[in-house]
Amino acid sequence: MSGNPISGPILELKNAHKAFGSKQVLRGVDLTVARGQSLVIIGGSGTGKSVTIKSALGLLPLDKGEVRFAGEAANDRKSIEALRRRTGMLFQGGALFDSLTVWENVAFALIYRDRMARGKAKKLAIENLAKVRLPASAADLRPAELSGGMQKRVALARAIIAKPDLIFFDEPTTGLDPITADAVNNLIVEQVKALGAAAVSITHDMASVRKIADEVAMLHEGKIVWRGPVSALDNSGNPFIDQFVNGRAEGPIQPAI
Amino acid sequence: MTASVDTIPARPRDFILLRPFRLIGRTVLSGFREVGRIAKFSGGVLLACVTPVIYIREVLRQCMKVGYYSLPVVGLTAVFIGAALALNIYTGGSRFNAEQFVPNIVVLGITRELGPVLAGLMLAGRVSAGIAAEIGAMRVTEQIDALLTLSAKPARYLYAPRVIAGILTLPILVLVADIIGVLGGYLVAVGALDFNGSLYLKNSWAFVTNNDILSGVIKAAVFGGIISLMGCYQGDRSKGGAGGVGRAATLAVVGAAVLILASNYILTSIFVRIGI
Repeated sequence: MSGNPISGPILELKNAHKAFGSKQVLRGVDLTVARGQSLVIIGGSGTGKSVTIKSALGLLPLDKGEVRFAGEAANDRKSIEALRRRTGMLFQGGALFDSLTVWENVAFALIYRDRMARGKAKKLAIENLAKVRLPASAADLRPAELSGGMQKRVALARAIIAKPDLIFFDEPTTGLDPITADAVNNLIVEQVKALGAAAVSITHDMASVRKIADEVAMLHEGKIVWRGPVSALDNSGNPFIDQFVNGRAEGPIQPAI
Repeated sequence: MTASVDTIPARPRDFILLRPFRLIGRTVLSGFREVGRIAKFSGGVLLACVTPVIYIREVLRQCMKVGYYSLPVVGLTAVFIGAALALNIYTGGSRFNAEQFVPNIVVLGITRELGPVLAGLMLAGRVSAGIAAEIGAMRVTEQIDALLTLSAKPARYLYAPRVIAGILTLPILVLVADIIGVLGGYLVAVGALDFNGSLYLKNSWAFVTNNDILSGVIKAAVFGGIISLMGCYQGDRSKGGAGGVGRAATLAVVGAAVLILASNYILTSIFVRIGI
């Protein structure tokens, strides 16, 4: 594990605002994530879930508000760079680099950021592929030669290889069949626990939420409208949560069609 | 509550005659904005080209893609242009008994002008569009975001190797195009116009100067930079899925072609002035 020991929350978003043109996406999001905690953000399509985690990673600068990582404000290039060195990210579509092999994808940060020798990096990449149940024979394949589930596992191996303190998961099971999705959920839980890292995930998949979350936060129209432990999902008394968990078209959330 | 008429600020009258001027103003301003964006992007990428870390493996990979794989298209273009040029000069020259200048004018035209410009335009289609489509696809599939989260700067990892490859390989391609172009002229001159082969080559070689070749090579290096920069810039700005990627490729080709022709004129003017 890199960096200083962390005592307070690992990630804080304070009064986060973000607009795209005239469309206000985040309207004052406040979130804290404790070390070792797995927080899942749920919400309908277009409510700002992806924008929230991309803002936390400095990929989309906030219009107003603040991101703090391990107690330090992440508001300039240097501090955002420090944040990225201690975080991992699994993108919705995997976002594997087509021109590189599987092992080069997994070891990318080691080779290009940490300047590790390619031989040593490959060895570590193969070890991490094994952690996500991929054989060493997959190491020299190209991402296009893998199934969707395997690509997600490669992306998970890439996210964990540098032993991050915090991992973001953007819809980790989207596009996967229920069995593969469950296998990916299991791997996420296992690897996050093994690292002792915190996790922030966004998903629509309630099976995934129940499997990977310690806490759940619901985002609606750019604001957190509920937050609580995963065990409270079914008796939250919150109409937004109730409608979302039960998948009803009727309720305070208008379907996005 | 309804606002009274008195409280509503008077809206400037929209004179229909002013609309064309407004449109012209908006177009000019957006043109300046685009020039500013391209300049800022190019500055960042060119800085990454000359400061460490330079990813040699990526540069070599791009040299293969930009240079080696473009050899057939550049070679074919050059041979046909050389052949057509020889025929045209012979036809024109015969009007005032100057057919003997065919080798001299072919070699001059190819090395100073047609070699670099046509190779540049062919590569604008092949390479610039390819780079824009590749980077555009990376942009819309979040691969560029992934690069950033892995602490890799796209300017350094993606764009600089392509620009370096363009600047290094286009001059080599142009030198090859020069030789093939002269060969095209030779084939037509000897095969169809009854020129003496060895005399043709001797005249070509004797007439061409180091400055002719140097001017073509400098132009080629500039065009190589333009081609890859436009591909990277348009790819980087692409959004909106497959349609956005296609649009980026089109804009890259058009932008690169226009900039090649414009910079060709500027470079030629400079070379004429300084005596190259």
